[in-house]
Amino acid sequence: MSVIQVDKDVTAGTMTVVAEFDAPVERVWRLWEDPRQLEKWWGPPTYPATVVTHDLTPGGKVNYFMTGPEGDQPRGWWRVIAVDPPHRLEFEDGFADESGDPMPDMPTMVIVVTLAARPGGGTRMVTATTFPSTEAMESLLAMGMEEGMAAAMGQIDGLLAAG
Amino acid sequence: MVVDNRTARADRVFHALADPTRRDIVRRALGAEHSVSALARAYPMSVAAVQKHVAVLERAGLVTKVRSGREQLVRGNVKALVEARRALDRLEEVWRSRIERIGEILAEEEGKSR
Repeated sequence: MSVIQVDKDVTAGTMTVVAEFDAPVERVWRLWEDPRQLEKWWGPPTYPATVVTHDLTPGGKVNYFMTGPEGDQPRGWWRVIAVDPPHRLEFEDGFADESGDPMPDMPTMVIVVTLAARPGGGTRMVTATTFPSTEAMESLLAMGMEEGMAAAMGQIDGLLAAG
Repeated sequence: MVVDNRTARADRVFHALADPTRRDIVRRALGAEHSVSALARAYPMSVAAVQKHVAVLERAGLVTKVRSGREQLVRGNVKALVEARRALDRLEEVWRSRIERIGEILAEEEGKSR
């Protein structure tokens, strides 16, 4: 198991993460397909996720909430754009209000997951995330959806070279 | 509403950086202040066209214009770029930790099946 490659494109607002696992594609797919398994890894230990509805069909909705250390429960939703089990899932991820409906005017991200068998066995998982803006990301993180880890600031040279 | 303003401002940053000429203007303006007319000489386009690009960058907060005598100088804003980069770095950490958890779940199963 390991992350083998991360590509960040600051001008396009995208990030692609490539990971490999020693389990077959069908097994890795179940981590997305089974809500009980999804909630084991989607949220960090400090904000575990509870999946309320889970319909992985085109146009289908997934509703979840996360429970923070202070008892706060930010809610989120997915809208499934395309699905091709067990190889591909494309969805929009955003904030939800108290009743689980998408909050208008809040930023959303589009995530494309692809799973492929590795020649030597195991699975290669690629997740490509596109978000509308850095401010959008900042507000997502500030609202406690994620660990909010203070990652090291990239060097301006690296940023410009990537552009 | 605050959220509206923030979201709209944010969308402008990525829109502004999506154009190669504008990225090049930001690069130059980070190194040193340039007048719009000096920038225009660097590209096969009119001063008016370059002015439009600078206006897009200015609205996104990526450059600021400072007056110097009769000229307007364009200055790059490092902070806006660093913020964009930092957001991506955090997103990377989010996915790295998710993948770590997936790996733990799969490894646990493998251990049980032995």
